[in-house]
Amino acid sequence: MIKTLADIIEEHPFFKGLEKSHLDLIAGCAKNVHFQEGEVVFREGDPADLFYVVKQGMVAIELMVPQRGFTTLQTVGAGDVLGWSWLLPPYQWRFGARTIEATRALAFDAKCLRGKCEKDHDLGYELLKRFSHVISERLEATRLQLMDLYGVGA
Amino acid sequence: MIPLAFRIERLRQDTHDTFTMDLTPPAEFSFAPGQFNMVYVFGVGEVPISISSDPAQKSSLQHTTRVVGTVTKALKRLKKGDAIGIRGPFGSSWPVEEAVGRDCLIVAGGIGLAPLRPVIYSVLAQRQRYGRVVVLYGTRTSEDLLYTHELENWRGKFDLDIQVTIDRGGREWRGHVGVVTGLIARASLDPGNTVAMMCGPEVMMRFSLMELQRRGVSPERVYLSMERNMKCAVGFCGHCQYGSTFVCKDGPVFRFDRIAHLFGKPEI
Amino acid sequence: MSDISVQASERVIIEVRDFDQLFQALTRRGYEIFGPAARDGAIVYDRLTSAGDLPVGLTDEQDGGKYRLKPREDRALFGYAVGPHSWKRFLHPPVQRLWEAKREGHSFAILPDAAPVARRAFVGVRACELHAMAVQDKVFLNGPYVEPGYQARRDNVFIVAVNCSEAGGTCFCVSMKTGPQATFGYDLALTEVISEGRHHLVAHAGTALGAEVVSEVRHRPANETETLAADDVVKKTAEHMGRQMDTAGIKELLLNNYEHPRWDDVAARCLTCANCTMVCPTCFCTTVEDVTDLSGEHAERWRKWDSCFTKDFSYIHGGSIRASTKSRYRQWMTHKLATWIDQFGTSGCVGCGRCITWCPVGIDITEEVRAIRQSAPAGAPAAGADRS
Repeated sequence: MIKTLADIIEEHPFFKGLEKSHLDLIAGCAKNVHFQEGEVVFREGDPADLFYVVKQGMVAIELMVPQRGFTTLQTVGAGDVLGWSWLLPPYQWRFGARTIEATRALAFDAKCLRGKCEKDHDLGYELLKRFSHVISERLEATRLQLMDLYGVGA
Repeated sequence: MIPLAFRIERLRQDTHDTFTMDLTPPAEFSFAPGQFNMVYVFGVGEVPISISSDPAQKSSLQHTTRVVGTVTKALKRLKKGDAIGIRGPFGSSWPVEEAVGRDCLIVAGGIGLAPLRPVIYSVLAQRQRYGRVVVLYGTRTSEDLLYTHELENWRGKFDLDIQVTIDRGGREWRGHVGVVTGLIARASLDPGNTVAMMCGPEVMMRFSLMELQRRGVSPERVYLSMERNMKCAVGFCGHCQYGSTFVCKDGPVFRFDRIAHLFGKPEI
Repeated sequence: MSDISVQASERVIIEVRDFDQLFQALTRRGYEIFGPAARDGAIVYDRLTSAGDLPVGLTDEQDGGKYRLKPREDRALFGYAVGPHSWKRFLHPPVQRLWEAKREGHSFAILPDAAPVARRAFVGVRACELHAMAVQDKVFLNGPYVEPGYQARRDNVFIVAVNCSEAGGTCFCVSMKTGPQATFGYDLALTEVISEGRHHLVAHAGTALGAEVVSEVRHRPANETETLAADDVVKKTAEHMGRQMDTAGIKELLLNNYEHPRWDDVAARCLTCANCTMVCPTCFCTTVEDVTDLSGEHAERWRKWDSCFTKDFSYIHGGSIRASTKSRYRQWMTHKLATWIDQFGTSGCVGCGRCITWCPVGIDITEEVRAIRQSAPAGAPAAGADRS
């Protein structure tokens, strides 16, 4: 039996606990995407019109630093959420993302979802709760990386 | 408690601040994974260094260390054929027996891989006695990776899951970038039947512990290697005290529930 | 050496004018005698050759950060409490060479120190000090490793204990159940009795060796009045302790209060001078120093007393674990009174009061415990509560 997008979304841990009506709303903004290895998923500065849930593969979140080149800040893999700049104005990517291996993901139309969240605040709250969790995990990880723990004097 | 002269066979630079020594003991040398020696440089001083070689090898041993002070700087200047003084082995060891029949999770941060390497060897030598074996290794950059040769060997095994992550990297690194705690969240293990062994900076172990707890690994099945100032290694000088324990004889490997009341408390 | 089952160790009287015969007997047997002597305004432990070297007719006045010698009205030989020295300076020396080594081509050879161990007699060992030796025995002799130097020194000591006739201003052996009566660990025990024109020492042997030595000193059996008088001296001392410490549930009290504000209070006063650890008869921490001569051909390893009050004590690459004064004072006190119990089965404190007397700012360990106990959170044992 071929799974519908709604089925796939429902099974994903990120969307666990959502009501059926919300899942349908979300599914309505979703589509399957795939990237080859080394493909740009989004560029720093571009409008944040999509966010992704990675199903398989690995994506590097990058920052372009003059004289240093592209530095990978973090990688995300299967099951991870990629991108929250779509949630808050100016809805613009602050970092770039590029695949490290062939990657399959679910892409969500940000404009579509933002509209639905404005109309249905319950949906908005449910999504914000989940994204807050993602953001706090990333913040914690970033702080630890910033500590440079493996250096002498750690 | 007098150092014995061991001969340096090879001294090799691993990374910009870490090197590995291969030593020949004067007689067969046995140790348990996790134990350490007191390493003496003639006329300079003595420091505790974990033994990082395969415990099955009794006629040679290895020490991997960072250059952090007078003694390690002096050690690094030695050459093949020079002798250093060794007292040991000292301390408690990794739970190689307790882990039998269970999944093994080995979490190493930076130089913390050195005291864990012997347990990886021991487990692989009797692979059939264990369940899943997962090794998670985090370090600063790809240039700081230790034992790259072994890492590649281990990566090629079907019955060992090894994941490496770095804190930051460029485009030429096509692996994980991020903290090792993120890898713990994703590791394929049965948390109810896992023995975890960790070594690395205390902060890294603290956050890794939280992640292990979140996944349901019991504190009685988590083992850490602690580090403190040591002068004598036999419980007389008092320097290595950690609460009621002496890291030199009650540790350096501790079962977490036994130090849970101390761990993370500032300046204990 | 400590064998109190030696029976028929009756109490005997040694007149003070005959007391020097004890010194002569010990000297004849090849012992170097050490005991209290007045020097530089304090009563310290020094080499003695005769009873005349003792601080006759002197007493001490001790309080927090205060020590003064004062003349007595009588000619008591042992009419004072303890001074800045403890017997650990002989059994666990402040500076000790562990071994020397010489280069041999690319290698080296180590020659362990083979100096013979001197036979020593300690005269004037107080009950608290006997306990302190027993505490250090547990550290150096009862663990997985044995300290051979300590063992040798300990085995070659003849101990003449003295039951205190003066309670010190900072003493609290009664609280710690370590005195004033000597009950074990001695070859000979003495109580000095001065009354109504008499001045004698009531002695009894704790070992066969002690009995042998005392038989070479002019003595006569003590009668009941005399033994009661000796017991009375000790009883009176016990009633005049300068300090008191409630030890009920002290381990839990301290280990449950790592963040008590009192630690900040004491940290504001403590200079981390480490005097307390040097005068304390049970503190055992040491450091090791590897040295070489200018030619680089000859190396030595030396062991020296160290103190957890120094910043370096807990240094590992990058920094010290216990950087603040607060953490270091807390470490010392919680080790002495609490974690020591887990490690060695007894308290590390014998109530001698030296740390109080020799602290330049007069920090009083009994007062610190009291302060924490009085403001401990609910759940910690209350002072004097029944411990069953």
